[in-house]
Amino acid sequence: MSNFTKDAVQKLSAFLNEPEWMLEFRLKAFEVYENTLMPTIKEEAWRRTNLRQMKFNEFGPSINGDAATDSEIPSFLGEQLTEDKVGGNLLQIDGVTQQYEISDELTAQGVIFCDMHTAVSQHPDLVKKYFMTEGVKVTEGKFAALHGAFWRGGTFLYVPRNVRADAPLHTVLWSVNGRTFTHTLVVLETGAEAIFMDEYASADGDAQGLHNGVIELLVGDNANLVYAGLQDFGQNVWQFNHERGRVGRDGKLDWVTSIMGTRLTKAFQTLELDQPGSWGRMSGIFFTNGRQHLDMDTEQNHNAADTVSDLLYKGALREKSRVVWQGMIKALPDSQRIDGFQANRNLMLDQTARADSIPGLEIEADDVRCTHASAIGKLDEEEIFYLMSRGIPRETAVEMSVQGFFDPLMRRIPFEGIRTRIFDRIVEKIG
Amino acid sequence: MTAALEVKNLHASVADQPILKGIDLLVKQGEVHALMGPNGSGKSTLAFTLAGHPAYETTAGQVIFDGEDLLEMEADERSRAGLFLAFQYPAAVPGVTLAKFLRQTINSRMQAKDPDSKGISIPAFRRFLTEKMNLLGIDPKFAGRYLNEGFSGGEKKRVEILQMATVEPKIAIMDETDSGLDIDALRIVSEGANRLHKELNMGVLIITHYQRILDYVKPDHVHIMFDGRIVESGGPELALKLEEEGYDWIRAKYGVAEEA
Repeated sequence: MSNFTKDAVQKLSAFLNEPEWMLEFRLKAFEVYENTLMPTIKEEAWRRTNLRQMKFNEFGPSINGDAATDSEIPSFLGEQLTEDKVGGNLLQIDGVTQQYEISDELTAQGVIFCDMHTAVSQHPDLVKKYFMTEGVKVTEGKFAALHGAFWRGGTFLYVPRNVRADAPLHTVLWSVNGRTFTHTLVVLETGAEAIFMDEYASADGDAQGLHNGVIELLVGDNANLVYAGLQDFGQNVWQFNHERGRVGRDGKLDWVTSIMGTRLTKAFQTLELDQPGSWGRMSGIFFTNGRQHLDMDTEQNHNAADTVSDLLYKGALREKSRVVWQGMIKALPDSQRIDGFQANRNLMLDQTARADSIPGLEIEADDVRCTHASAIGKLDEEEIFYLMSRGIPRETAVEMSVQGFFDPLMRRIPFEGIRTRIFDRIVEKIG
Repeated sequence: MTAALEVKNLHASVADQPILKGIDLLVKQGEVHALMGPNGSGKSTLAFTLAGHPAYETTAGQVIFDGEDLLEMEADERSRAGLFLAFQYPAAVPGVTLAKFLRQTINSRMQAKDPDSKGISIPAFRRFLTEKMNLLGIDPKFAGRYLNEGFSGGEKKRVEILQMATVEPKIAIMDETDSGLDIDALRIVSEGANRLHKELNMGVLIITHYQRILDYVKPDHVHIMFDGRIVESGGPELALKLEEEGYDWIRAKYGVAEEA
C-alpha cells in the first residue's frame, strides 16, 4: 500500500495550516497523480531508466518534518559563507526552516526571499499566480503530480520590477528523514536581476530515500537571473525532478546544475525562450560513481524568433555508474534567426561505466543556426605524463586533469566557497 | 657533489619496435652537451625514455642519475630528483591555468619532502612568478591562461623554459627547443637556459638539428646519433662539420639506412 493517500494530503495541508485554495490545489494534483500510471521503460522518456529496484511503497510524505530536530548536519551548512557577501540565507531540514535571514537592503528593495510555506500565507496572490502555472504543471507526469500534492519546503524568490537584488541569495535544503519534496519558485519581474544558489544535500543512508522536487524559474522581460541548483544527496536517494526556466523579451537566464549525489536521478530540465531576444544558457556538471544512475532530459524550446540557447553538460563517470543525457532543441515555424547549441561531454574514468548521449533537433523554421556535439573521452595520458614530468605525482595529476575538465563550467558558479566545496567533492570521488 | 646523468648501453622500444640500440652517454652537472643526428635516429626517443614516458620500454641497459637508478623511478620522481625535459611538443592541459600548474610543481616538491607542507604561499608565489616571467619576456596575462592551450609555438617554448626556471633542475634535456622559434625568441630562450646553467651549474643536453642554438648555448661536447646509437662524439667543431657537410658522411661510415 502506498503512503501517498488523499488522507495524507489533507493531513499535510492541515498540519501546515494552509488556506483552502492550496488544499484544493493539492487535491487536484493528487487526482492527477492517481490517474497517472507509474512510468515504465516502455515510455520513450523512461526507456533508459528502470525503477524496478525502487521501493516506492516504503516512501511517504513528509508531514511534520519529524526527524528534523537534534539531528546532525554538516558544519558548513550552518556557517555563513564569509568570503562571499550574501544578502539572504535559508537553511531547511526536511522542508522545515531552521535558519533564515535576509538583509535590510534587500527587504528595502522589495525583494521577497522566504520559504515556500511562508510565501503561501504571506504572499498568496503571487503564489496563486505563479505556483505551478507558468513553469512546471502537475499534468507533466506522475512525479510532477505527486509533487503538486505533497510538496513541502523550498524557496520563494520574488524580485520586483526594475530592482537589481543587492546581493546573492543562498538556500540549503538538507534532508534527514530522506523524504523531501522541495519547491523552488523564482519570479523576476521586468528588468529585475538576481543571483540565487540553491543547494540540496543529505548524508548517505541505508534505507531508500526520495526527493521529488520542482524548480520554476520565471524570468521577465529584460530581467536577468543567475541560478545554480547544486545537488549532493546521499547515494540512497531516488530523485525525480521537473525543472523549467522561462525567459521573456531580451531576458537572460544563466542556469547551472551540479549533480553529485543520489542512487538514481531522473530530471526533466526545460528552457523556454518565449520572446525575441530571450537568452538562456544551461550548464551541467556531474560526477557519478558506484552504481549511480543519472538520466537528464533537457529541452531548449525556441518559441520566438531571435532567441539564443547554449547548453553544455559535462560529466565524469566512475565504476559501474551510468549517465544518460537526452537533449532536444525545438524551434517553432516562426522562430527564425535563432541560435541553438547543445553539447554533452563525458569523461570515462573507468571502462565499467556507461554513458549515453543523445542530442536531438526539431526545427520547423528555416533560417536558423542549430548545432550539437557530444563526445565521450578518457583521461589524456599525454596530459598526465606532461604534468608528472614536472614532479607532480600521478594522483595529483589526475585530479588536476579532471578538475580542468570541469573548470570552464565551474567558473559559472558565482561563489568561491561553493566552487571549492564542489571541487573537493570531485577530488573525493576520484578516490 | 655534482650530479651526473650516466647512460649505459641503453636499449629501448616503442610498441615492440627497437629504437635505442645501446646508448652510452655521460652528462655531468655544469656541462653542455649537444645531441645531433638525422630524423629517425632516436634522439627524441632517448629524451622520452629518460623522462619516463610509459610508452617507451627499456629492454636493456642502465641509467644512473645523481647516484640513483633512474629507470626504477616514476616520471614525477625523476623530475623531483632533478632531471628536466623541455618538450618539443608540450601537451595542452585545458582547464588548468599556467599559474596553478607552476604552483603545483613547487608544492609537489615541498610535499614530497614534508607531507604536511602547505606549499608556497600565494603572495610568495606571485612574486616569484612575476620575476621569472619578466626575465623570459612572458606577458603576465599568461599566468591566468590554460596551460599551452592556444599558445603559439614560440610561446610554448618560452613556457617550457619558465617551467625549467621554476623547478631548477640539475640536468635539463632540451628537445628541439629551437624548432619553430624566430631569432628573438631563440635568443630569449637561450639566455634563459644559459642563466640557469651559470647560476645553478645546471647540466644541459641540447637535442637539435641546427648550429644556430649552439651559437647561443655553447656546447662542451657534441654527439652524433645514428640508428639508435651514438656514433661520434667530439667538441664544438663536430657541430660545425655537420652544418657544412650534412649527414652523408655519417651514413656512409655507419650504415646504408637511407631515410625513406
